[in-house]
Amino acid sequence: MKISGKEIEHIATLARLYLQEEEKDLFGSQLSSILDYMDKLNELDTGDIEPTSHVLTLNNVMRADFLVDSIARQEALMNAPSRTEKFYRVPKIIE
Amino acid sequence: MKGRDFWKWKSLKIKLEVKLRDRISIKYEAIIGLEVHAQMLTETKIFCGCSTKFGSEPNTQTCPVCIGMPGVLPVLNKKALEYAIKTGLAMNCTISKFSRFARKNYFYPDLPKGYQISQYELPICEHGNIEIVVNGNIRKIGITRIHMEEDAGKNIHEGAGNYSFVDLNRAGVPLMEIVSEPDIRSAREAVEYMKKMRTILRYLGVCDGNMEQGSLRCDANVSVRPVGQKEFGVKTELKNINSFRFVEKALDYEIKRQIKVIKEGGKILQETRLWDSTQGITEPMRGKEEAHDYRYFPEPDLVPVVVDQKWIDEINASLPELPDIKRERFVSVYGLPENDADFFTSDKPIADWYEEATASYALSVSGHKVVSNWVKGELTRLLNEENRSIEECPLKPLQLADMLTLIDKGTISGKIAKTVFEEMYKTGKDAEVIIKEKGLVQITDEGEIEKAVDEIIAKYPKEVERFKAGEEKLIGFFIGQIMKATKGKANPQIVNELLKKKLST
Repeated sequence: MKISGKEIEHIATLARLYLQEEEKDLFGSQLSSILDYMDKLNELDTGDIEPTSHVLTLNNVMRADFLVDSIARQEALMNAPSRTEKFYRVPKIIE
Repeated sequence: MKGRDFWKWKSLKIKLEVKLRDRISIKYEAIIGLEVHAQMLTETKIFCGCSTKFGSEPNTQTCPVCIGMPGVLPVLNKKALEYAIKTGLAMNCTISKFSRFARKNYFYPDLPKGYQISQYELPICEHGNIEIVVNGNIRKIGITRIHMEEDAGKNIHEGAGNYSFVDLNRAGVPLMEIVSEPDIRSAREAVEYMKKMRTILRYLGVCDGNMEQGSLRCDANVSVRPVGQKEFGVKTELKNINSFRFVEKALDYEIKRQIKVIKEGGKILQETRLWDSTQGITEPMRGKEEAHDYRYFPEPDLVPVVVDQKWIDEINASLPELPDIKRERFVSVYGLPENDADFFTSDKPIADWYEEATASYALSVSGHKVVSNWVKGELTRLLNEENRSIEECPLKPLQLADMLTLIDKGTISGKIAKTVFEEMYKTGKDAEVIIKEKGLVQITDEGEIEKAVDEIIAKYPKEVERFKAGEEKLIGFFIGQIMKATKGKANPQIVNELLKKKLST
């Protein structure tokens, strides 16, 4: 296994995922095989190849600094699991 | 303890004592690097057309892009890119021909997408510098990089009871993060750096530089080391510094704190600390998870940014005269003292006001200085009294120039001019109108002045005796009385001459 149990737990914590013990093993081995595949790719000599920044060959897609109407507040808040008339409402953040 | 062991112990003890003494007497220096976040003065957000206006009703300036709805695509605001390039050029940076965005992943309620779109390994500007002046010495502070990113929303705790509220109006507002090299050596230098940064950004018109409103923010990386040591010490990151005053206070506190910890034999922990302005201390940040593991990766929703030389040249050509160059010009062309030049060029609108006034009035170096004294003195005093900026000044530069011409012509005295100027400032009226309305024209008629002089001499025979007995400083008393009698309108030179003539006979 390329990825230790500890690393799996760390990654899960960062991603806010709560994994069962057997899931840790399962995802650990899956992530490891992905990394193995990367190692295989690394065998290729890519010295002469430009790194791909994007799958598209496009550059510079930009917009002018023109104001567009925003959406209504009720619309914006509509999907929030918890809200007040004006705000999204979340569990208290201790600062 | 056997004899040998005792001596071993004794020498160890001495060594330790010497070490401790050294540690106490050692001089330390601070190593500071600043990360400045500057909100760009665009109309709309960096990746969508929502307004960036400050202070609107919460959650009224959002759209599916900036609140992170699935299936939407961000599109870069060209103005934001232009502003970042402009700033980079003004700070002597290399502009990257190829640049791209990255996702910085972390969870926080004010970050709707769960990642911030920022730049990571290919920022738009790198390797620049700005100059600051500290105690008369010019110091060059390196700029490591300038990158573009989106701001997060705002969390509100007050009045939210057991909850926190989130306002996403600010989410997606364009920021530049300007990162300095660890070249700053004191809290004072850090303040000068921030001031210079603000001046340049305001000259460029890319940021309003308002620290209190949060459009200019500053985090600091601070460490200390014994003078002469090459390696850096362990650093702490200071956050929440939101005014120029606090930059100096927070850094001074943190530097002293670190030196104290080390002198007492302790170790500095690498941590994020918050500046608490009410207590005047820095404290380790609690609560917020400190995951410095952002798993950056290239932002697949945005295509790379390729900047051609032609555009860079165009932006370069559009740069205004920058503060350092303007300052030199004010010294060399107007012959102003460094102090005056510093004062005017620290903010472009003041520099502009001065230049307009002096262009309409002065042809000589002494004239430029006269204008400078009025703007730097009276005008600034009046503006400060009402907390007004020069942009809100009710007077036009030409009006000051006209008033100064009236002094030169002898229409009013320099003393009366102060009254006239204050009245001009209050009413916005021209000097000539006020002089007429208030009857402030200078009395230059010798006959009339002579009458006043005679009256005063007759009124104070004792003082005349004392003056004649050698108490020469009484001349000031007589002048004062005559000016009082003429309501300050008598031409002071004529008063002086007549007085001397009369008192010496």
